[in-house]
Amino acid sequence: MTTTGTARPAGTPAALSATELAAVRADFPLLGRTVRGGRDLVYLDSAATSQKPNVVLEAEVEFYEQRNAAVHRGAHQLAEEATEAFEQARAAVAAFVGADPGEIVWTSGATAAINLVAYSLANATAGRGGAAAERFRLAPGDEIVVTEAEHHANLVPWQELCARTGAVLRWFGVDDEGRIDLSDLGSVITARTRVVAFGHVSNVTGAIAPVAEIVAAARQVGALTVLDACQSVPHLPVDLHATGVDFAAFSAHKMVGPTGVGALYGRRELLEAMPPVTTGGSMVEVVTMEATTYAPPPQRFEAGTQMVAQAVGMGVAAQWLEELGMDAVAAHEQHLATELVRISEIPGVRIVGPADAHDRIAVVSFVVDGVHAHDVGQVLDDRGIAVRVGHHCAQPLHRRFGVAATARASASVYTTTEEIAAFREALAGVRAFFGVD
Amino acid sequence: MYQQVILDHAKRPHGQGLVDVAAGHLGGESHQVNPTCGDEITLRVDVDGDTVAGVSWEGQGCSISQASASVMTELVAGRPLAEVARLDAAFHDLMGSRGKGLEDEAALDDLGDASAFTGVSQYPARIKCALLGWAALKDSLARSGALG
Repeated sequence: MTTTGTARPAGTPAALSATELAAVRADFPLLGRTVRGGRDLVYLDSAATSQKPNVVLEAEVEFYEQRNAAVHRGAHQLAEEATEAFEQARAAVAAFVGADPGEIVWTSGATAAINLVAYSLANATAGRGGAAAERFRLAPGDEIVVTEAEHHANLVPWQELCARTGAVLRWFGVDDEGRIDLSDLGSVITARTRVVAFGHVSNVTGAIAPVAEIVAAARQVGALTVLDACQSVPHLPVDLHATGVDFAAFSAHKMVGPTGVGALYGRRELLEAMPPVTTGGSMVEVVTMEATTYAPPPQRFEAGTQMVAQAVGMGVAAQWLEELGMDAVAAHEQHLATELVRISEIPGVRIVGPADAHDRIAVVSFVVDGVHAHDVGQVLDDRGIAVRVGHHCAQPLHRRFGVAATARASASVYTTTEEIAAFREALAGVRAFFGVD
Repeated sequence: MYQQVILDHAKRPHGQGLVDVAAGHLGGESHQVNPTCGDEITLRVDVDGDTVAGVSWEGQGCSISQASASVMTELVAGRPLAEVARLDAAFHDLMGSRGKGLEDEAALDDLGDASAFTGVSQYPARIKCALLGWAALKDSLARSGALG
Protein backbone atom coordinates (compact mmCIF):
# COMPACT_ATOMS: atom_id res chain seq x y z
CA MET A 1 0.00 0.00 0.00
CA THR A 2 1.22 3.49 -0.77
CA THR A 3 2.38 5.63 2.10
CA THR A 4 0.22 8.65 2.81
CA GLY A 5 3.13 10.90 3.63
CA THR A 6 1.84 12.30 6.91
CA ALA A 7 4.09 10.39 9.31
CA ARG A 8 5.35 12.54 12.17
CA PRO A 9 8.94 12.15 13.38
CA ALA A 10 9.45 10.54 16.79
CA GLY A 11 9.59 13.02 19.65
CA THR A 12 7.13 15.45 18.02
CA PRO A 13 4.97 17.30 20.58
CA ALA A 14 1.49 15.93 21.23
CA ALA A 15 -0.71 18.53 19.55
CA LEU A 16 -0.46 19.51 15.88
CA SER A 17 1.60 22.61 15.18
CA ALA A 18 0.16 25.41 13.06
CA THR A 19 2.32 24.25 10.16
CA GLU A 20 1.16 20.67 10.51
CA LEU A 21 -2.47 21.75 10.69
CA ALA A 22 -2.04 23.88 7.57
CA ALA A 23 -0.55 20.88 5.79
CA VAL A 24 -3.45 18.69 6.93
CA ARG A 25 -5.98 21.21 5.65
CA ALA A 26 -4.21 21.51 2.31
CA ASP A 27 -4.85 17.78 1.90
CA PHE A 28 -8.64 18.29 1.94
CA PRO A 29 -9.75 19.88 -1.37
CA LEU A 30 -13.30 20.57 -0.18
CA LEU A 31 -12.12 22.77 2.68
CA GLY A 32 -10.90 25.25 0.09
CA ARG A 33 -14.30 25.99 -1.39
CA THR A 34 -16.62 28.85 -0.54
CA VAL A 35 -20.34 28.76 0.21
CA ARG A 36 -23.36 31.11 0.30
CA GLY A 37 -22.02 33.84 -1.91
CA GLY A 38 -18.28 33.56 -1.56
CA ARG A 39 -17.91 32.99 2.17
CA ASP A 40 -15.13 30.77 3.47
CA LEU A 41 -16.51 27.42 4.54
CA VAL A 42 -16.38 26.70 8.27
CA TYR A 43 -17.26 23.02 8.36
CA LEU A 44 -18.42 22.04 11.84
CA ASP A 45 -20.46 18.97 10.91
CA SER A 46 -17.78 16.28 10.98
CA ALA A 47 -19.76 14.14 13.41
CA ALA A 48 -22.29 13.67 10.60
CA THR A 49 -19.63 13.01 8.01
CA SER A 50 -16.00 14.05 7.69
CA GLN A 51 -14.32 15.52 4.67
CA LYS A 52 -11.80 13.39 2.74
CA PRO A 53 -8.11 13.95 2.09
CA ASN A 54 -6.60 13.63 -1.38
CA VAL A 55 -4.94 10.30 -0.59
CA VAL A 56 -8.34 8.71 0.02
CA LEU A 57 -9.86 10.17 -3.14
CA GLU A 58 -6.80 9.12 -5.12
CA ALA A 59 -6.82 5.61 -3.69
CA GLU A 60 -10.32 5.01 -5.02
CA VAL A 61 -9.44 6.41 -8.43
CA GLU A 62 -6.19 4.44 -8.52
CA PHE A 63 -8.06 1.23 -7.70
CA TYR A 64 -10.51 1.75 -10.55
CA GLU A 65 -7.80 2.87 -12.97
CA GLN A 66 -5.30 0.11 -12.21
CA ARG A 67 -6.70 -2.83 -10.24
CA ASN A 68 -10.43 -3.09 -10.67
CA ALA A 69 -11.54 -6.72 -10.71
CA ALA A 70 -13.69 -9.08 -8.67
CA VAL A 71 -11.99 -10.07 -5.44
CA HIS A 72 -11.58 -13.58 -4.03
CA ARG A 73 -12.36 -15.21 -7.37
CA GLY A 74 -10.67 -15.44 -10.73
CA ALA A 75 -7.04 -16.32 -11.26
CA HIS A 76 -5.94 -13.45 -13.47
CA GLN A 77 -3.46 -10.82 -12.43
CA LEU A 78 -6.04 -8.08 -11.88
CA ALA A 79 -8.08 -10.34 -9.62
CA GLU A 80 -4.96 -11.05 -7.59
CA GLU A 81 -4.07 -7.38 -7.29
CA ALA A 82 -7.62 -6.36 -6.41
CA THR A 83 -7.81 -9.06 -3.75
CA GLU A 84 -4.48 -7.99 -2.34
CA ALA A 85 -5.57 -4.35 -2.13
CA PHE A 86 -8.86 -5.37 -0.52
CA GLU A 87 -7.20 -7.56 2.11
CA GLN A 88 -4.42 -5.05 2.77
CA ALA A 89 -7.11 -2.49 3.48
CA ARG A 90 -8.69 -4.90 5.95
CA ALA A 91 -5.32 -5.31 7.66
CA ALA A 92 -4.81 -1.53 7.80
CA VAL A 93 -8.24 -0.99 9.36
CA ALA A 94 -7.65 -3.83 11.82
CA ALA A 95 -4.27 -2.44 12.86
CA PHE A 96 -5.79 1.00 13.29
CA VAL A 97 -8.32 -0.21 15.87
CA GLY A 98 -6.20 -2.85 17.60
CA ALA A 99 -7.79 -5.90 16.00
CA ASP A 100 -6.69 -8.83 13.86
CA PRO A 101 -7.57 -8.74 10.14
CA GLY A 102 -9.79 -11.80 10.48
CA GLU A 103 -11.89 -9.95 13.05
CA ILE A 104 -12.89 -7.19 10.62
CA VAL A 105 -16.01 -7.72 8.51
CA TRP A 106 -16.69 -5.17 5.79
CA THR A 107 -20.16 -3.70 5.98
CA SER A 108 -21.84 -0.75 4.30
CA GLY A 109 -21.36 1.19 7.52
CA ALA A 110 -21.87 1.05 11.27
CA THR A 111 -25.64 0.73 10.98
CA ALA A 112 -25.27 -2.40 8.87
CA ALA A 113 -22.63 -3.72 11.27
CA ILE A 114 -24.88 -3.42 14.32
CA ASN A 115 -27.80 -4.90 12.42
CA LEU A 116 -25.56 -7.77 11.35
CA VAL A 117 -24.96 -8.71 14.99
CA ALA A 118 -28.64 -8.32 15.91
CA TYR A 119 -29.88 -10.39 12.97
CA SER A 120 -27.24 -13.06 13.50
CA LEU A 121 -28.52 -13.45 17.07
CA ALA A 122 -32.08 -13.64 15.72
CA ASN A 123 -31.01 -16.33 13.26
CA ALA A 124 -29.30 -18.25 16.06
CA THR A 125 -32.49 -17.95 18.10
CA ALA A 126 -34.36 -19.44 15.14
CA GLY A 127 -32.03 -22.42 15.37
CA ARG A 128 -29.58 -21.49 12.63
CA GLY A 129 -25.86 -22.00 13.15
CA GLY A 130 -26.21 -25.37 14.85
CA ALA A 131 -24.72 -26.26 18.20
CA ALA A 132 -21.97 -23.65 17.93
CA ALA A 133 -24.55 -20.87 17.80
CA GLU A 134 -26.60 -22.10 20.74
CA ARG A 135 -24.79 -19.63 22.97
CA PHE A 136 -26.40 -16.79 21.00
CA ARG A 137 -29.99 -17.98 21.38
CA LEU A 138 -32.30 -15.57 23.14
CA ALA A 139 -35.41 -16.52 25.06
CA PRO A 140 -38.33 -14.56 26.50
CA GLY A 141 -37.15 -12.98 29.73
CA ASP A 142 -33.59 -12.49 28.51
CA GLU A 143 -32.54 -8.87 28.59
CA ILE A 144 -30.71 -6.56 26.21
CA VAL A 145 -29.24 -3.41 27.70
CA VAL A 146 -28.64 -0.12 25.89
CA THR A 147 -28.42 3.50 27.04
CA GLU A 148 -30.72 6.48 26.70
CA ALA A 149 -27.92 8.27 24.83
CA GLU A 150 -27.80 5.87 21.87
CA HIS A 151 -27.97 6.85 18.23
CA HIS A 152 -31.06 5.21 16.72
CA ALA A 153 -28.71 2.83 14.89
CA ASN A 154 -27.73 1.30 18.23
CA LEU A 155 -31.24 1.28 19.63
CA VAL A 156 -33.78 0.32 16.97
CA PRO A 157 -31.99 -2.94 15.90
CA TRP A 158 -32.15 -4.08 19.54
CA GLN A 159 -35.81 -3.13 19.84
CA GLU A 160 -36.43 -5.25 16.75
CA LEU A 161 -34.39 -8.15 18.13
CA CYS A 162 -36.44 -8.02 21.34
CA ALA A 163 -39.66 -8.01 19.34
CA ARG A 164 -38.57 -11.10 17.43
CA THR A 165 -37.23 -13.08 20.37
CA GLY A 166 -39.26 -12.04 23.40
CA ALA A 167 -36.19 -10.55 25.03
CA VAL A 168 -36.72 -7.39 27.06
CA LEU A 169 -34.96 -4.08 26.38
CA ARG A 170 -33.55 -2.25 29.36
CA TRP A 171 -31.39 0.85 29.49
CA PHE A 172 -29.15 3.11 31.49
CA GLY A 173 -30.37 6.66 31.84
CA VAL A 174 -28.11 9.69 31.57
CA ASP A 175 -27.36 12.37 34.12
CA ASP A 176 -27.95 16.09 33.62
CA GLU A 177 -24.66 16.37 31.72
CA GLY A 178 -25.71 13.57 29.40
CA ARG A 179 -23.24 11.09 30.87
CA ILE A 180 -24.36 7.49 31.23
CA ASP A 181 -25.66 7.02 34.76
CA LEU A 182 -24.19 3.83 36.16
CA SER A 183 -25.52 4.36 39.71
CA ASP A 184 -27.93 1.45 39.19
CA LEU A 185 -25.38 -0.69 37.31
CA GLY A 186 -26.10 -3.80 39.39
CA SER A 187 -29.84 -3.67 38.77
CA VAL A 188 -29.60 -2.96 35.02
CA ILE A 189 -26.92 -5.51 34.11
CA THR A 190 -28.07 -8.72 35.78
CA ALA A 191 -27.92 -12.49 35.32
CA ARG A 192 -30.69 -12.05 32.71
CA THR A 193 -28.58 -9.69 30.57
CA ARG A 194 -27.42 -11.25 27.30
CA VAL A 195 -26.28 -8.22 25.32
CA VAL A 196 -25.01 -4.79 26.37
CA ALA A 197 -24.85 -2.32 23.47
CA PHE A 198 -23.57 1.21 23.99
CA GLY A 199 -21.88 4.07 22.24
CA HIS A 200 -18.21 4.73 22.93
CA VAL A 201 -18.79 8.46 22.44
CA SER A 202 -22.22 10.09 22.15
CA ASN A 203 -22.86 11.74 18.79
CA VAL A 204 -24.96 14.35 20.62
CA THR A 205 -23.17 15.16 23.87
CA GLY A 206 -19.65 14.17 22.88
CA ALA A 207 -19.30 12.41 26.25
CA ILE A 208 -16.95 9.44 26.41
CA ALA A 209 -18.59 6.36 27.95
CA PRO A 210 -17.09 4.49 30.92
CA VAL A 211 -16.20 1.53 28.69
CA ALA A 212 -14.13 -0.44 31.21
CA GLU A 213 -16.82 -0.34 33.88
CA ILE A 214 -19.61 -1.41 31.53
CA VAL A 215 -17.54 -4.17 29.91
CA ALA A 216 -16.51 -5.51 33.34
CA ALA A 217 -20.14 -5.66 34.49
CA ALA A 218 -21.25 -7.33 31.27
CA ARG A 219 -18.46 -9.89 31.43
CA GLN A 220 -19.31 -10.75 34.99
CA VAL A 221 -22.74 -11.95 33.87
CA GLY A 222 -21.55 -13.44 30.58
CA ALA A 223 -23.29 -10.86 28.40
CA LEU A 224 -22.01 -9.89 24.95
CA THR A 225 -20.85 -6.31 24.53
CA VAL A 226 -21.43 -4.27 21.38
CA LEU A 227 -19.62 -0.95 21.08
CA ASP A 228 -20.81 1.74 18.69
CA ALA A 229 -17.40 3.24 17.96
CA CYS A 230 -18.46 5.64 15.19
CA GLN A 231 -17.56 8.77 17.13
CA SER A 232 -14.48 7.41 18.90
CA VAL A 233 -12.44 5.77 16.15
CA PRO A 234 -11.98 9.02 14.14
CA HIS A 235 -11.01 11.11 17.17
CA LEU A 236 -9.32 9.00 19.85
CA PRO A 237 -6.76 6.21 19.93
CA VAL A 238 -8.90 3.05 20.06
CA ASP A 239 -7.55 -0.41 20.90
CA LEU A 240 -10.47 -2.80 20.67
CA HIS A 241 -8.57 -5.76 22.11
CA ALA A 242 -7.67 -3.64 25.12
CA THR A 243 -11.30 -2.57 25.67
CA GLY A 244 -12.35 -6.20 25.83
CA VAL A 245 -15.56 -5.59 23.88
CA ASP A 246 -17.00 -8.47 21.87
CA PHE A 247 -18.20 -6.42 18.91
CA ALA A 248 -17.64 -2.91 17.63
CA ALA A 249 -19.02 -0.96 14.70
CA PHE A 250 -17.65 2.06 12.89
CA SER A 251 -18.04 3.85 9.55
CA ALA A 252 -15.37 5.00 7.14
CA HIS A 253 -17.10 8.22 6.18
CA LYS A 254 -16.76 9.66 9.67
CA MET A 255 -13.01 8.91 9.74
CA VAL A 256 -11.92 10.76 6.59
CA GLY A 257 -12.81 7.71 4.49
CA PRO A 258 -15.41 7.10 1.78
CA THR A 259 -19.16 6.61 2.19
CA GLY A 260 -20.65 3.17 1.64
CA VAL A 261 -18.18 1.22 3.74
CA GLY A 262 -17.64 0.47 7.38
CA ALA A 263 -16.60 -2.37 9.58
CA LEU A 264 -17.86 -4.78 12.13
CA TYR A 265 -15.25 -5.94 14.60
CA GLY A 266 -16.01 -9.25 16.27
CA ARG A 267 -13.86 -11.41 18.48
CA ARG A 268 -12.71 -14.28 16.29
CA GLU A 269 -14.27 -17.12 18.29
CA LEU A 270 -17.63 -15.32 18.24
CA LEU A 271 -17.61 -14.64 14.51
CA GLU A 272 -16.72 -18.29 13.95
CA ALA A 273 -19.76 -19.44 15.88
CA MET A 274 -22.29 -16.97 14.46
CA PRO A 275 -24.75 -17.87 11.70
CA PRO A 276 -24.68 -15.68 8.58
CA VAL A 277 -27.20 -12.93 7.93
CA THR A 278 -27.05 -11.93 4.27
CA THR A 279 -26.58 -15.03 2.15
CA GLY A 280 -25.59 -15.57 -1.46
CA GLY A 281 -22.39 -15.58 -3.45
CA SER A 282 -18.88 -15.45 -2.02
CA MET A 283 -19.85 -16.48 1.52
CA VAL A 284 -20.29 -20.21 0.95
CA GLU A 285 -18.23 -23.40 0.94
CA VAL A 286 -20.37 -26.13 -0.66
CA VAL A 287 -23.75 -25.46 -2.22
CA THR A 288 -26.09 -28.25 -3.32
CA MET A 289 -29.75 -27.99 -4.20
CA GLU A 290 -30.54 -29.24 -0.70
CA ALA A 291 -28.17 -27.36 1.58
CA THR A 292 -25.23 -25.00 1.90
CA THR A 293 -22.20 -24.80 4.16
CA TYR A 294 -20.70 -21.46 4.90
CA ALA A 295 -17.24 -19.94 4.60
CA PRO A 296 -15.34 -19.02 7.75
CA PRO A 297 -15.47 -15.41 8.91
CA PRO A 298 -15.05 -12.73 7.79
CA GLN A 299 -16.19 -13.95 4.33
CA ARG A 300 -19.22 -15.65 5.91
CA PHE A 301 -20.65 -12.20 6.52
CA GLU A 302 -19.65 -10.66 3.19
CA ALA A 303 -22.19 -11.95 0.69
CA GLY A 304 -22.22 -10.55 -2.82
CA THR A 305 -19.82 -8.24 -4.56
CA GLN A 306 -18.15 -6.04 -2.00
CA MET A 307 -17.53 -2.29 -2.04
CA VAL A 308 -13.89 -2.88 -2.91
CA ALA A 309 -12.82 0.62 -3.95
CA GLN A 310 -14.41 2.10 -0.83
CA ALA A 311 -12.76 -0.52 1.36
CA VAL A 312 -9.42 0.39 -0.19
CA GLY A 313 -10.23 4.03 0.56
CA MET A 314 -11.07 3.15 4.16
CA GLY A 315 -7.75 1.39 4.52
CA VAL A 316 -5.92 4.47 3.29
CA ALA A 317 -7.99 6.68 5.62
CA ALA A 318 -7.01 4.50 8.58
CA GLN A 319 -3.39 4.65 7.51
CA TRP A 320 -3.53 8.42 7.04
CA LEU A 321 -4.83 8.89 10.58
CA GLU A 322 -2.38 6.34 11.95
CA GLU A 323 0.57 8.13 10.37
CA LEU A 324 -0.59 11.48 11.69
CA GLY A 325 -0.86 9.78 15.06
CA MET A 326 -4.09 9.41 16.97
CA ASP A 327 -2.45 10.86 20.08
CA ALA A 328 -1.76 14.03 18.11
CA VAL A 329 -5.29 14.02 16.64
CA ALA A 330 -6.81 13.58 20.10
CA ALA A 331 -4.62 16.31 21.61
CA HIS A 332 -5.57 18.73 18.81
CA GLU A 333 -9.24 17.96 19.17
CA GLN A 334 -9.07 18.21 22.96
CA HIS A 335 -7.97 21.79 22.45
CA LEU A 336 -10.85 22.33 20.02
CA ALA A 337 -13.29 20.89 22.58
CA THR A 338 -12.04 23.41 25.14
CA GLU A 339 -12.68 26.20 22.62
CA LEU A 340 -16.09 24.81 21.67
CA VAL A 341 -17.54 24.54 25.20
CA ARG A 342 -16.83 28.26 25.60
CA ILE A 343 -20.13 28.87 23.78
CA SER A 344 -21.76 28.48 27.19
CA GLU A 345 -20.31 31.93 28.00
CA ILE A 346 -22.72 33.40 25.42
CA PRO A 347 -25.94 34.61 27.09
CA GLY A 348 -28.88 32.30 26.29
CA VAL A 349 -26.71 29.46 24.96
CA ARG A 350 -27.01 26.18 26.85
CA ILE A 351 -24.91 23.08 26.15
CA VAL A 352 -26.70 19.72 26.09
CA GLY A 353 -23.90 17.55 27.39
CA PRO A 354 -20.81 18.01 29.56
CA ALA A 355 -20.11 21.67 30.24
CA ASP A 356 -16.34 21.23 30.31
CA ALA A 357 -13.85 19.56 28.00
CA HIS A 358 -13.11 16.71 30.38
CA ASP A 359 -13.84 13.17 29.07
CA ARG A 360 -15.50 14.44 25.95
CA ILE A 361 -14.64 15.01 22.32
CA ALA A 362 -15.15 18.14 20.22
CA VAL A 363 -18.84 17.46 19.55
CA VAL A 364 -21.05 20.03 21.26
CA SER A 365 -24.84 20.19 21.01
CA PHE A 366 -26.64 23.23 22.31
CA VAL A 367 -29.85 25.18 22.45
CA VAL A 368 -30.28 28.92 22.15
CA ASP A 369 -33.07 30.11 24.42
CA GLY A 370 -35.95 31.50 22.39
CA VAL A 371 -34.57 30.44 19.01
CA HIS A 372 -35.31 27.11 17.34
CA ALA A 373 -32.30 25.01 16.31
CA HIS A 374 -33.25 25.26 12.64
CA ASP A 375 -33.16 29.02 12.83
CA VAL A 376 -29.81 28.93 14.62
CA GLY A 377 -28.43 26.70 11.87
CA GLN A 378 -29.80 28.93 9.14
CA VAL A 379 -28.23 32.10 10.52
CA LEU A 380 -24.88 30.31 10.92
CA ASP A 381 -25.18 28.89 7.40
CA ASP A 382 -25.62 32.39 6.02
CA ARG A 383 -22.17 33.10 7.51
CA GLY A 384 -20.72 30.00 5.86
CA ILE A 385 -20.74 27.98 9.08
CA ALA A 386 -22.07 24.45 8.66
CA VAL A 387 -23.57 22.86 11.78
CA ARG A 388 -26.12 20.09 12.20
CA VAL A 389 -29.62 20.82 13.47
CA GLY A 390 -32.33 18.42 14.58
CA HIS A 391 -32.33 15.42 16.88
CA HIS A 392 -29.15 13.86 15.42
CA CYS A 393 -30.84 10.42 15.28
CA ALA A 394 -31.16 10.42 19.06
CA GLN A 395 -34.77 11.28 19.86
CA PRO A 396 -34.87 9.61 23.31
CA LEU A 397 -31.87 11.65 24.46
CA HIS A 398 -33.50 14.87 23.26
CA ARG A 399 -36.72 13.88 25.02
CA ARG A 400 -34.68 13.32 28.18
CA PHE A 401 -33.54 16.93 28.00
CA GLY A 402 -37.00 18.21 27.07
CA VAL A 403 -35.98 19.61 23.69
CA ALA A 404 -37.21 18.64 20.24
CA ALA A 405 -34.04 19.68 18.51
CA THR A 406 -30.56 21.00 19.16
CA ALA A 407 -27.86 22.51 17.03
CA ARG A 408 -24.55 20.67 17.00
CA ALA A 409 -21.05 21.82 16.19
CA SER A 410 -18.51 19.06 15.69
CA ALA A 411 -14.85 19.27 14.83
CA SER A 412 -12.31 16.97 13.29
CA VAL A 413 -8.58 16.78 12.78
CA TYR A 414 -8.69 19.57 10.16
CA THR A 415 -10.69 22.05 12.27
CA THR A 416 -8.92 25.20 13.45
CA THR A 417 -9.21 27.35 16.55
CA GLU A 418 -10.00 30.28 14.25
CA GLU A 419 -13.00 28.42 12.85
CA ILE A 420 -14.34 27.79 16.35
CA ALA A 421 -13.84 31.48 17.16
CA ALA A 422 -15.77 32.47 14.01
CA PHE A 423 -18.54 30.11 15.05
CA ARG A 424 -18.72 31.56 18.55
CA GLU A 425 -18.85 35.07 17.18
CA ALA A 426 -21.67 34.23 14.77
CA LEU A 427 -23.55 32.36 17.49
CA ALA A 428 -23.33 35.38 19.78
CA GLY A 429 -25.37 37.38 17.26
CA VAL A 430 -28.21 34.89 16.83
CA ARG A 431 -30.54 36.04 19.61
CA ALA A 432 -30.28 39.66 18.58
CA PHE A 433 -31.13 38.68 14.99
CA PHE A 434 -34.41 37.13 16.14
CA GLY A 435 -35.12 39.94 18.58
CA VAL A 436 -34.88 37.67 21.61
CA ASP A 437 -33.40 38.99 24.81
CA MET B 1 -35.26 34.56 3.92
CA TYR B 2 -36.08 36.04 7.32
CA GLN B 3 -38.39 38.82 6.14
CA GLN B 4 -39.59 41.11 8.91
CA VAL B 5 -43.15 39.86 8.43
CA ILE B 6 -41.91 36.31 9.11
CA LEU B 7 -40.03 37.33 12.24
CA ASP B 8 -43.09 39.25 13.48
CA HIS B 9 -45.45 36.32 12.94
CA ALA B 10 -42.96 33.93 14.56
CA LYS B 11 -42.78 36.14 17.61
CA ARG B 12 -46.54 36.68 17.90
CA PRO B 13 -48.28 33.85 16.03
CA HIS B 14 -51.97 34.07 15.16
CA GLY B 15 -54.40 31.23 15.74
CA GLN B 16 -52.42 29.56 18.51
CA GLY B 17 -54.51 27.66 21.01
CA LEU B 18 -57.09 25.12 19.87
CA VAL B 19 -60.65 26.47 19.70
CA ASP B 20 -63.82 24.35 19.89
CA VAL B 21 -65.74 23.93 16.66
CA ALA B 22 -68.97 25.96 16.65
CA ALA B 23 -72.25 24.09 17.06
CA GLY B 24 -73.65 22.97 13.73
CA HIS B 25 -70.30 23.36 11.94
CA LEU B 26 -68.08 20.57 10.65
CA GLY B 27 -64.73 20.14 12.36
CA GLY B 28 -61.52 18.34 11.50
CA GLU B 29 -58.20 17.98 13.23
CA SER B 30 -54.77 16.91 12.04
CA HIS B 31 -51.42 16.30 13.69
CA GLN B 32 -48.36 16.71 11.48
CA VAL B 33 -44.70 16.26 12.33
CA ASN B 34 -41.50 17.05 10.50
CA PRO B 35 -39.39 14.06 11.54
CA THR B 36 -36.12 15.65 10.48
CA CYS B 37 -36.34 18.41 13.08
CA GLY B 38 -39.14 17.45 15.44
CA ASP B 39 -41.40 20.37 14.49
CA GLU B 40 -45.02 19.52 15.10
CA ILE B 41 -48.45 21.01 14.80
CA THR B 42 -51.98 20.04 15.78
CA LEU B 43 -54.43 22.03 13.71
CA ARG B 44 -58.22 22.23 13.94
CA VAL B 45 -60.46 23.59 11.23
CA ASP B 46 -64.02 24.86 11.69
CA VAL B 47 -66.09 24.70 8.50
CA ASP B 48 -69.42 26.44 8.08
CA GLY B 49 -71.05 25.06 4.94
CA ASP B 50 -68.55 25.76 2.16
CA THR B 51 -66.55 28.34 4.12
CA VAL B 52 -63.59 27.95 6.45
CA ALA B 53 -64.96 29.71 9.52
CA GLY B 54 -61.74 29.46 11.48
CA VAL B 55 -58.43 27.73 11.99
CA SER B 56 -56.71 27.16 15.32
CA TRP B 57 -53.57 25.27 16.17
CA GLU B 58 -50.90 24.49 18.66
CA GLY B 59 -47.42 23.32 18.02
CA GLN B 60 -43.77 24.01 18.30
CA GLY B 61 -41.08 24.52 15.80
CA CYS B 62 -38.78 26.90 14.03
CA SER B 63 -39.67 30.46 13.11
CA ILE B 64 -40.50 29.42 9.55
CA SER B 65 -43.01 26.73 10.54
CA GLN B 66 -44.59 28.90 13.24
CA ALA B 67 -44.81 32.00 11.08
CA SER B 68 -46.17 30.06 8.12
CA ALA B 69 -48.94 28.49 10.22
CA SER B 70 -49.73 31.94 11.62
CA VAL B 71 -49.90 33.61 8.20
CA MET B 72 -51.99 30.77 6.82
CA THR B 73 -54.46 31.04 9.71
CA GLU B 74 -55.12 34.67 8.91
CA LEU B 75 -55.17 34.06 5.18
CA VAL B 76 -57.78 31.30 5.00
CA ALA B 77 -60.19 32.30 7.78
CA GLY B 78 -63.53 33.28 6.30
CA ARG B 79 -62.68 32.04 2.81
CA PRO B 80 -64.71 29.61 0.67
CA LEU B 81 -63.25 26.09 0.42
CA ALA B 82 -62.55 26.48 -3.31
CA GLU B 83 -60.52 29.63 -2.65
CA VAL B 84 -58.57 27.90 0.14
CA ALA B 85 -57.73 25.10 -2.28
CA ARG B 86 -56.42 27.70 -4.78
CA LEU B 87 -54.32 29.40 -2.10
CA ASP B 88 -52.93 26.04 -1.02
CA ALA B 89 -51.95 25.24 -4.61
CA ALA B 90 -50.41 28.70 -5.08
CA PHE B 91 -48.37 28.39 -1.88
CA HIS B 92 -47.10 24.97 -2.95
CA ASP B 93 -46.15 26.45 -6.32
CA LEU B 94 -44.32 29.25 -4.52
CA MET B 95 -42.39 26.74 -2.40
CA GLY B 96 -41.37 24.90 -5.55
CA SER B 97 -40.15 28.09 -7.24
CA ARG B 98 -36.52 27.96 -6.02
CA GLY B 99 -36.67 31.57 -4.94
CA LYS B 100 -38.15 32.89 -8.19
CA GLY B 101 -41.64 33.54 -6.86
CA LEU B 102 -44.74 33.14 -9.02
CA GLU B 103 -45.14 34.32 -12.60
CA ASP B 104 -48.83 34.79 -11.94
CA GLU B 105 -48.69 38.10 -10.07
CA ALA B 106 -52.35 37.95 -9.15
CA ALA B 107 -51.80 34.60 -7.46
CA LEU B 108 -48.84 36.04 -5.57
CA ASP B 109 -50.95 39.01 -4.48
CA ASP B 110 -53.66 36.65 -3.24
CA LEU B 111 -51.13 34.99 -0.96
CA GLY B 112 -50.68 38.28 0.92
CA ASP B 113 -48.18 37.89 3.76
CA ALA B 114 -47.56 34.31 2.63
CA SER B 115 -45.70 35.72 -0.38
CA ALA B 116 -42.97 36.73 2.09
CA PHE B 117 -41.94 33.07 2.15
CA THR B 118 -40.55 33.26 -1.39
CA GLY B 119 -37.00 33.29 0.01
CA VAL B 120 -37.64 30.07 1.92
CA SER B 121 -38.06 28.23 -1.38
CA GLN B 122 -34.33 28.74 -2.00
CA TYR B 123 -33.55 26.46 0.95
CA PRO B 124 -34.75 22.91 0.24
CA ALA B 125 -34.32 21.88 3.89
CA ARG B 126 -36.72 24.60 5.05
CA ILE B 127 -39.55 24.19 2.55
CA LYS B 128 -41.04 21.39 4.67
CA CYS B 129 -41.10 23.77 7.63
CA ALA B 130 -43.14 26.31 5.67
CA LEU B 131 -45.52 23.62 4.43
CA LEU B 132 -46.16 21.96 7.80
CA GLY B 133 -49.21 24.09 8.69
CA TRP B 134 -50.58 23.87 5.17
CA ALA B 135 -50.30 20.07 5.25
CA ALA B 136 -52.21 20.06 8.53
CA LEU B 137 -54.89 22.33 7.03
CA LYS B 138 -55.37 20.10 4.01
CA ASP B 139 -55.55 16.97 6.13
CA SER B 140 -57.95 18.46 8.68
CA LEU B 141 -60.23 19.68 5.90
CA ALA B 142 -60.28 16.17 4.43
CA ARG B 143 -61.04 14.75 7.88
CA SER B 144 -63.85 17.25 8.50
CA GLY B 145 -65.91 15.73 5.73
CA ALA B 146 -66.55 19.22 4.36
CA LEU B 147 -64.93 18.42 1.02
CA GLY B 148 -67.74 15.97 0.23
